[in-house]
Amino acid sequence: MMAAKEEDKMAVAGDGCCLRPFSCEQGLLSRPDGSAAFLQGDTSVLAGLYGPAEVKGSKELPDRAALEVLLRPKVGLPGVVERSREQLLRQTCEAVVLGALHPRTAITLVLQVMNDAGSLLSCCLNAACMGLLDAGLPLSSLFCGVTCALDANGAIVLDPTTRQEQEARAVLTFAIDSAERKVLMATTKGSCSVEEMQQCLAAAQRAADTIFQFYRDSVRRRYSKS
Amino acid sequence: MKATPLSNCERRFLLRAIEEKKRLDGRQCYDYRNIRISFGADYGCCIVELGKTRVLAQVSCELVPPKLSRPTEGVLFFNLELSPMAAPGFEPGRQPELLVQLNRIIERCLRNSKCVDTESLCVVAGEKVWQIRLDLHLLNHDGNIIDAASIAGIVALCHFRRPDVSVQGEEVTVYTPEERDPVPLSIHHMPICVSFAFFQQGTYLLVDPSEREERVMDGLLVIAMNKHHEICTIQSSGGIMLVKDQVLRCSKITAVKVAEITELIQKALENDQKGRKEGGKFGFAESIPNQKITAFKMESAAVDTNNVEEQAEEIITKAEPPSEVFAKPILHTVGTAQIGEGIENSWGDLEESEREEAAEEEGESEATAFECQKMETEDTSTTRETKKDEPIVVSDSEEEEVVILEPQELPKKTRPQTNSKQETTSKKAFNKRRKKKRAAH
Repeated sequence: MMAAKEEDKMAVAGDGCCLRPFSCEQGLLSRPDGSAAFLQGDTSVLAGLYGPAEVKGSKELPDRAALEVLLRPKVGLPGVVERSREQLLRQTCEAVVLGALHPRTAITLVLQVMNDAGSLLSCCLNAACMGLLDAGLPLSSLFCGVTCALDANGAIVLDPTTRQEQEARAVLTFAIDSAERKVLMATTKGSCSVEEMQQCLAAAQRAADTIFQFYRDSVRRRYSKS
Repeated sequence: MKATPLSNCERRFLLRAIEEKKRLDGRQCYDYRNIRISFGADYGCCIVELGKTRVLAQVSCELVPPKLSRPTEGVLFFNLELSPMAAPGFEPGRQPELLVQLNRIIERCLRNSKCVDTESLCVVAGEKVWQIRLDLHLLNHDGNIIDAASIAGIVALCHFRRPDVSVQGEEVTVYTPEERDPVPLSIHHMPICVSFAFFQQGTYLLVDPSEREERVMDGLLVIAMNKHHEICTIQSSGGIMLVKDQVLRCSKITAVKVAEITELIQKALENDQKGRKEGGKFGFAESIPNQKITAFKMESAAVDTNNVEEQAEEIITKAEPPSEVFAKPILHTVGTAQIGEGIENSWGDLEESEREEAAEEEGESEATAFECQKMETEDTSTTRETKKDEPIVVSDSEEEEVVILEPQELPKKTRPQTNSKQETTSKKAFNKRRKKKRAAH
């Protein structure tokens, strides 16, 4: 069960109730309108964003911006896994981006996986949010991604490494918004009960507090000399 | 997105500046931009920044059967991709001419120069060899993709470690990194491309053109050389006509530049090797500079998950009860399963295809990794009972005999019992327009 509850102050990477060390760099690419590199432990994703920009005729939406997400793996061509993750990311971003302010434009978000050491989807979500912030697009709220893994005993492991994900019974990823900590996106792999899923969600919402504080500190640092 | 076009005044300004031997970023004509090499956590992963141009390289390996024409040599595969984030004009799925050209130069530089020893990649002659795959991704396009890509490629190849292999007679053992340390590739020499941009029909020459300079140049000369002053590849594109001593001058400049760059690469590889040996931290996280105002790091943070169970229970009790639970999946045969029951077939008046008799169900349902926890294993090895009732005449036509089979009510949506398999199959009451023999089982 929750064996690590009392000892959750232990700063071991990927331990039950610990997030790995985070790093973020914004504005590191000169060509895209917004860019961010987000690192969770050894997992790192680079996000580049163009928009709002001109859109080709068929993709134009008359009342809002057309958002496109591209996820590129490090080795090989993008496959079905990347396509499904692109759709999840797109739906999350569409929920927060105020596309109605920029009708008949295109917003393109490109994510490049630089290293995959577990919790890749939540790292992509975090990189996407920092990229949107860097590009200055109007958002209704921020969002963050948290991955939870349920191991064989039913203990919750936040921000799992690749090995913890492989040994887990179920891996759940949630996108949490910053306004009211509501769920924007949830995806699971494996089997878990309803109670376990609610517990993971509650744990993810707690972790989201830490991540949003990280966003705030990182942006505060950036604009500290103005 | 569309690429932003270059305005005429910008073009004129750049050309005028070049005539006066001035570059927009303040460099001299033969100066390179700053090169920065950082390594990832995996072996064979590196990022090279040439000024603002950024390229990510990753080397991976796989055991494959060799090419028929070369049974004792390993296979090399190079792939350069222009990521859509590198420039607004790069769109996914379209292969611009530029990409083909770049890929060709990289291939010639790294493959035809024989910098990687392919004979050492052979494991079992004619059966198993290593395939070394190099993936290059351009992340930001600020000019001179070729140089950055060639540096990234050779650095990644030098950095890469493949699993150790031992062959004893017919047996081949591939050791994991934990069992035996991985082995570096055998690299003979390091070919590096240097690009020269020509302006005004060859009058002016710039080394390492930036993106703006590339747009206004007349032609490009690429020379790939190693530190032993051997030319590996030379290519002139753009239709400029060069005089012999111009080309010789360029090759002398190349020799100087390649020596500097090779030294830089060696130092970077040594630093990384030292860092890994001493057990220090390595990876991209370490390459993010602390002093930059746009970068921020946070140490490992603990998350308080006390009372998570109570909170979750509260939510569940407050929430509405879940919607109707469907029957658990039933496995008919391997690869055919049924979840829930359909509604009554309403295609009563149309021609029906022959009803296939379901195979007798045998065996337990297989427990898969993704099985719902609530699903119990069900023993469905019961014989099928079929009740055939009296044929009920529906139409008045003499030619047709309409038979309604099993005209019972729709079964209730409960967990199916093992002996009522017929309720859970999809053979509901439907009309058949053919003579059917009533077979009593």
